Amino acid sequence: MSHVTDLPVWAALLVAFFLVLGSGLTLLGAIGLVRFESFYARVHAPTLGTTWGAGAILIASIVCFTVLQSRPVLHEILITIFVVVTTPVTLMLLARAALYRDRTEGTPGVPKDASGRD
Amino acid sequence: MTRLLPYPLLTASLLVMWLLLNQFSLAHLVLGSIIALVASQAMAALQPTKPRIRRWDKIPQLVWLVFVDICRSNIAVASIILQGRRRRQNSGFVSIPLDLRDRTGLAVLACIVTSTPGTAWLEYNSTNGNVLIHVLDLVDEQEWIDTIKNRYERLLMEIFE
Amino acid sequence: MSGVILILAITLSQMMLVAAMACAVWRLVRGPRAQDRVLGLDALYVAAMLLLLVFGIRSGSTTYFETALVIALLGFVSTVALAKFLMRGEVIE
Repeated sequence: MSHVTDLPVWAALLVAFFLVLGSGLTLLGAIGLVRFESFYARVHAPTLGTTWGAGAILIASIVCFTVLQSRPVLHEILITIFVVVTTPVTLMLLARAALYRDRTEGTPGVPKDASGRD
Repeated sequence: MTRLLPYPLLTASLLVMWLLLNQFSLAHLVLGSIIALVASQAMAALQPTKPRIRRWDKIPQLVWLVFVDICRSNIAVASIILQGRRRRQNSGFVSIPLDLRDRTGLAVLACIVTSTPGTAWLEYNSTNGNVLIHVLDLVDEQEWIDTIKNRYERLLMEIFE
Repeated sequence: MSGVILILAITLSQMMLVAAMACAVWRLVRGPRAQDRVLGLDALYVAAMLLLLVFGIRSGSTTYFETALVIALLGFVSTVALAKFLMRGEVIE
């Protein structure tokens, strides 16, 4: 824990703020995952963690390493782009799979396929 | 030029990714360029339909719009979760007729809608262009249809069609 | 001064991320259906990836970054494969 004392106070405050914001939003998303009643409502919960949750922690990481090593460390942008691009894809596939399963089992409260395909 | 560089954007982003993962040096620049060229040739062998972007100048506007909406809906969804069980469940499905037909535009719209907390893209019907969206806080159905159509679809149609 | 602020914030955010992982595991175990479990797994790996990034800030080494990238990659592929599996009942058609 020796390196963190090298950070100037403004950078420490910035990093601390973004860390708490990001992990707090991720926690809220996970609480939503537990609390919401139906699967389709639960699909919305993890997006909190993958938009500003991941974003804020990655900003904190960028600020921390840029100030410490006095050169820009932009590795984190890769993870940001990766998370932002992949999360919608996984959630969309999962929601479509759930819709398909609910339709074949005839669960009430699920809209019918308009075109009558499949 | 087009034979050597079938996907200039893909090649450039692969090179940038390579240089970000490794430290910048001349050797890595050369190695990264070779890998990016070979990878984009491999991509050309798969023969995907090439997306056409008509209006590059509108893309920053779209990115800013998405950023603002993600910030706003983060706050909205966080407050819904914090209210907990005291609040009645009013999530529901909305069916929206779309005029956008470009595949890339639809893919971008699907990603935007799903990654925004509070809305999730469920299904697109390519025969009549209807899309099924699940909304967490559904108060007025028409309002959501207007939001998607006016805020995003018009801009995406300008960019891609 | 800055050390105290940072250590407090890092510890707090690590605790919150572990709590988030616990919530995801709860959903993973409780279900009730297969798609809920996959959603729990998805949230679990995102929280684990963020926790590793916070470890990276704490230790000051960039090595954790590579681990986080690998978790993000594997999590994406596994969730897509599981969603595909739920859709048709088999991964390779």
